Amino acid sequence: MAEQSAVTEASTAAGTAVGARVPTVVADRLNVVYRVHGGGGKGNAVAALRRIVRRQKSPNVREVHAVKDVSFVAYRGEAIGLIGTNGSGKSTLLKAVAGLLPAESGKVYTDGQPSLLGVNAALMNDLTGERNVILGGLAMGMSQEEIRAKYQDIVDFSGINEKGDFISLPMRTYSSGMAARLRFSIAAAKSHDVLMIDEALATGDRKFQKRSEARIRELRKEAGTVFLVSHNNKSIRDTCERVLWLEKGTLVMDGPTDEVLKAYEKETGK
Amino acid sequence: MSTVSDTTHGDAATAAASPVTSPDDGLSPAALAEKYGLSVSGARPGLAEYVRQLWGRRHFIRAYASARVTAQYTNARLGQLWQVMTPLLNAAVYFLIFGVLLGSKRGIENYVAYLIIGIFIFTFTQSSVLAGVKAISGNLGLIRALHFPRASLPVAFTLMQLQQLLISMAVMLVIVLFTGEVPAWSWLLIVPALLLQSVFNVGLALGMARLGSKMTDLTQLMPFILRTWLYASGVFYSIRAVLEKHDLPWIVHLLLELNPAAVYIDLVRFALIDSFGRNELPPHVWAVAVGWALVAGIGGFLFFWKAEESYGRG
Repeated sequence: MAEQSAVTEASTAAGTAVGARVPTVVADRLNVVYRVHGGGGKGNAVAALRRIVRRQKSPNVREVHAVKDVSFVAYRGEAIGLIGTNGSGKSTLLKAVAGLLPAESGKVYTDGQPSLLGVNAALMNDLTGERNVILGGLAMGMSQEEIRAKYQDIVDFSGINEKGDFISLPMRTYSSGMAARLRFSIAAAKSHDVLMIDEALATGDRKFQKRSEARIRELRKEAGTVFLVSHNNKSIRDTCERVLWLEKGTLVMDGPTDEVLKAYEKETGK
Repeated sequence: MSTVSDTTHGDAATAAASPVTSPDDGLSPAALAEKYGLSVSGARPGLAEYVRQLWGRRHFIRAYASARVTAQYTNARLGQLWQVMTPLLNAAVYFLIFGVLLGSKRGIENYVAYLIIGIFIFTFTQSSVLAGVKAISGNLGLIRALHFPRASLPVAFTLMQLQQLLISMAVMLVIVLFTGEVPAWSWLLIVPALLLQSVFNVGLALGMARLGSKMTDLTQLMPFILRTWLYASGVFYSIRAVLEKHDLPWIVHLLLELNPAAVYIDLVRFALIDSFGRNELPPHVWAVAVGWALVAGIGGFLFFWKAEESYGRG
């Protein structure tokens, strides 16, 4: 067994060195449709009853086709940027790749479990920072021992306690910057095989931004493949060698960063 | 020694030798995924694997439940005291209406204890169902952000209700003592009774969570269903007495006797109230209690698991 894993490691290492491309994410004609309740229609009871009697489909349920027929293959060691105007389906695509949003049709195949960087949804403003660190860690799937071991690092990284003992106060008493720093620190405490970052870079003050950028670079090294959603073309240029350009849910362009960004900037008139 | 992985890596080595024309070029996405052992993202795990994952998340479930409880009363000045005050006030209101104003004691000895046990035990099931309906639909943000077995949520919400129930039980025991009941060994029977009810409630919450995630109208409908259930569960009156007095069709008779809420309520009454004897219990009461726990627990879990991959859609 040990011998085999040694062989495996050696061949993978050799593979990456020479440039053999090992796919980590394969998206095959992926379609994602959101169903939104309460989108329209006359909001009164008579209208609703008439609809039911006439067996019409409720106009209250609107379908939003957020990702249309997207296919791509991502390889180990790649950092891929996702660009596109607001509402073009970038975040939805990431969620579908992570398996958090079910696909309407098509499939995504992944190596291991891709994770979104972010724990905001699991944290509670009424709890102390301390309890949120533990809750967030558990929500991301860390074990209790792991959290205990990393607890101090997380708090130190966030810098919450630099101006006094704030970690034992409820999170709702934090300034928005402080809360954002703590959230990032918790989220960045875990390393992932396939890491997806959704505009998480620009939080906190200048000093913290520097620190978080360094942390993201570290995470990138640990992760097999990185996806980065950003409207900041500079941060895309700095980190990604390949870019996917989405517009209205459709994959417009997929290629090397310079090429795609040039076309994107021309299109958006920058 | 696995031959599959060996051949895979053999291929990778060949690809390395000639990086320009990859042998993967002609492969369809599905074939490519299979070749490198990729799995479908967000696919529903097998049942055994799912149970294992859920067990692995037990600390998260516990932490999430207790966090929600803490957060619940954090803005009230009396804070956690409300966990005790709420059941007490509930008991006071029902006693005022049914005990004093309506005087519906209907020949029940120790009506106060009878009523309060009924209310507290029914509330446990009721609030588990209500929390279950919203467990998925009210937490879409969390579901669309992080990976965890979705059953964690309904289970955590039921756990919250269980914690509330245990506090209510302490209040209840004090009240029952005040009404003149003397502690006896039979009081220990509330432990298996509550255990069975908890399993029943978890299953029910899981089932309701799946229904609630698809049928958004359920939240509006639930109060009526639950109130009907409340009145059919003999919380304020004795089902036995009604059955003896009136000649009801056999199906109603059977339904009233099998009503799980009534069964769990009667078991706790039997445990705590001395004058509530064996003759007040429906036939085969423990078998029915175990049966409901198993049916709801296993059925609810399977029903929930079947739609695991779709909960993010909302």
